Amino acid sequence: MDLLRFSTAGSVDDGKSTLIGRLLYDTKTVFQDQLDDIERTSAARGDDYLDLALLTDGLKAEREQGITIDVAYRYFATPRRKFILADTPGHIQYTRNMVTGASTVNLAIILIDARHGVVEQTRRHSFIASLLGIKHLAVCVNKMDLVDYSEAQFRKVVEEYEKFASKLQIPDIRYIPISALRGDNVVDKSDSMPWYEGSALLYTLETVHVGNDLNHVDSRFPVQYVIRPQSDEYPDYRGYAGRVSGGVFKPGDEVVVLPSGFTSKIKSIDTPEGPLTEAYAPMSVTMTLEDNIDISRGDMIAKPDNQPRMTQDIDLMLCWMNDKPLQPNGKYRIKHTSRDARCVVKEVKYKVDINSLHRVEGDASMGLNDIGRVHIRTTVPLFNDPYTRNRGTGSVILIDEFTNETVAAGMIL
Amino acid sequence: MDYRLSQLKQLEAEAIYVIRETAAQFERPVLLFSGGKDSITLAWLARKAFWPAKIPFPMMHVDTGHNFEETIAFRDKFLSDMGARLIVASVQDSIDQGKAQEEKGPNPSRNALQSITLLDGIEQNKFDAALGGARRDEEKARAKERFFSHRDDFGQWEPKNQRPELWDLFNGYKHKGEHFRVFPLSNWTELDVWMYLHEENVPLPNLYFAHKRNVVNRDGVLLAENPFISLMKGEAYEERMIRFRTIGDATCTGAVESEADTIPLIIDEIATTRTTERGGRADDKRSDSAMEDRKKAGYF
Ligand SMILES: Nc1nc2c(ncn2[C@@H]2O[C@H](COP(=O)(O)OP(=O)(O)O)[C@@H](O)[C@H]2O)c(=O)[nH]1
Repeated sequence: MDLLRFSTAGSVDDGKSTLIGRLLYDTKTVFQDQLDDIERTSAARGDDYLDLALLTDGLKAEREQGITIDVAYRYFATPRRKFILADTPGHIQYTRNMVTGASTVNLAIILIDARHGVVEQTRRHSFIASLLGIKHLAVCVNKMDLVDYSEAQFRKVVEEYEKFASKLQIPDIRYIPISALRGDNVVDKSDSMPWYEGSALLYTLETVHVGNDLNHVDSRFPVQYVIRPQSDEYPDYRGYAGRVSGGVFKPGDEVVVLPSGFTSKIKSIDTPEGPLTEAYAPMSVTMTLEDNIDISRGDMIAKPDNQPRMTQDIDLMLCWMNDKPLQPNGKYRIKHTSRDARCVVKEVKYKVDINSLHRVEGDASMGLNDIGRVHIRTTVPLFNDPYTRNRGTGSVILIDEFTNETVAAGMIL
Repeated sequence: MDYRLSQLKQLEAEAIYVIRETAAQFERPVLLFSGGKDSITLAWLARKAFWPAKIPFPMMHVDTGHNFEETIAFRDKFLSDMGARLIVASVQDSIDQGKAQEEKGPNPSRNALQSITLLDGIEQNKFDAALGGARRDEEKARAKERFFSHRDDFGQWEPKNQRPELWDLFNGYKHKGEHFRVFPLSNWTELDVWMYLHEENVPLPNLYFAHKRNVVNRDGVLLAENPFISLMKGEAYEERMIRFRTIGDATCTGAVESEADTIPLIIDEIATTRTTERGGRADDKRSDSAMEDRKKAGYF
């Protein structure tokens, strides 16, 4: 069976919780005791309907305030696929949560209220999806029941969205008219919209092709851990453990080790069940080399004819995630693949107004939820690729050296 | 060429990555081994992560003393077969040392006391990362848990102030006295765990498979006969065909009536069942936020 990771974002009251509740409910992921729970809570609050939205609200504080503030993960499966859903809040003050949720997904659902069309939040969510390199969008035009299931209204919203989306870098966008409340086109195709020829949302999620989303071209293997049993059975074994972050590695392949630049050949790719004939992303494997080279965590194994950039001066799109703003010329820890280093933020080139997508120049401050282009210098070279080419070797996080908090996420340009 | 991994292989690769990251980023990690299927899966993955070397950290069992005999026998054999080192942190010791106090009543649960013993065990052994088998699908408060979950120097979880976790970049930096809980199985569901155990042919305690046993029905929870609970007025044990969906403190882990005596039958049963796994645990019924409250206090 296959796996799809997807996220949802929508502004308050667009029906996000109802939609997720419906997906869980209709795929029979809601168990009797959970149902009893929400029935109890719904009744205690005096709701006159069973609030499916309650299924998705996790923490106590949020239950009390009735809003989602963090990223919550949901799981469900159909016979075709398993799904991991990152449920993120839509308000502007939770941009960082949306960025977090979007960082690992294949597809994002963008919810639009059919009555209101494209609004500020729609643009923001779509921009974040594009920035985070999501290749598939399902734009769900919700509450179709409130516009008499009108094709004209749906078309109008789609046109509006297409005009704006031409500025984004998302190759695959699908539009689906739905009613989350009534279940139209969510799990089953709706009889109320015979004019809609596409498939229901769930079928789209089940069949969208994500096989090519990972990079299987540029071979990259960040060394995560060195395995040395030093046992009687394996006295001289030296294995390099890690997760393939791009391309394909096979025994016999010639490889180069960075930063040393030494070359060798792959001797074996080992697992307890026996050797493998190839390894590709996102496999976690252990490889051995023909030659005895000094390799440690943070090094990178690549191919001599296709190497990552090895740079200390790096331009990135940065999303600031901490209450404490970016310090001008501030020093931070930086994490990139299995490498730890320090860096100084040299310059904020511009910020992006994430509602209008306009560049804001001449403002070097970056506070919570700001997104902008910055230039950093690192203490050691990072073996990197552009984020658009490889999420794994193109992403970094910055960490405050005093509080140890993760303060920013960066996508290398 | 089509380079694809099945979803179980993807989950396996992710978990192994997280386990290795823990070994690399921390000085003294430990794996919390309860003898249940999730920690069995976790230990199995840890063995794979470092093979052919041994697992570079010990296992710790927080022992309530209220075990089914089978659990301890299984634990000892399973761990010694894989060459893992075991540390036992005992709730009884915490009680004897006056650090914890036994609940009163007909089936005193030691679940709450486990947190005390666990934190004590972490502190005494100076562990700085504790790997656990918790999954996000288990309970709604867990749905927001991180892979690398930061705990302050009181061992507490602050759900509203969690570090953002992006891509597979895990931030394990911490101050002295603080530690991390790490959950490599975050993205697994109960079904995934079963399918994986089946696919990998992992040995399991026979408590998980249907067998005849004496049980008493208390408030809708079937409790197995054991020396740590006493019958209340009007109660009697009766023999039923049952199995356990989770294995915890014998005083509050409920059994379910079942005929499922193989993993495929268990998988069928789960696929059609209408009660979540924790539904059989008397301790979660206490209040809607029971789990969240316990987690804040340092529970697994
Ligand atoms: N008529 C109608 N109402 C909807 C639909 N989807 C959601 N709603 C209602 O819109 C309100 C907000 O929905 P909710 O799911 O809580 O929105 P969220 O804030 O985006 O999570 C609730 O009163 C829902 O019942 C729909 O498709 N049609």
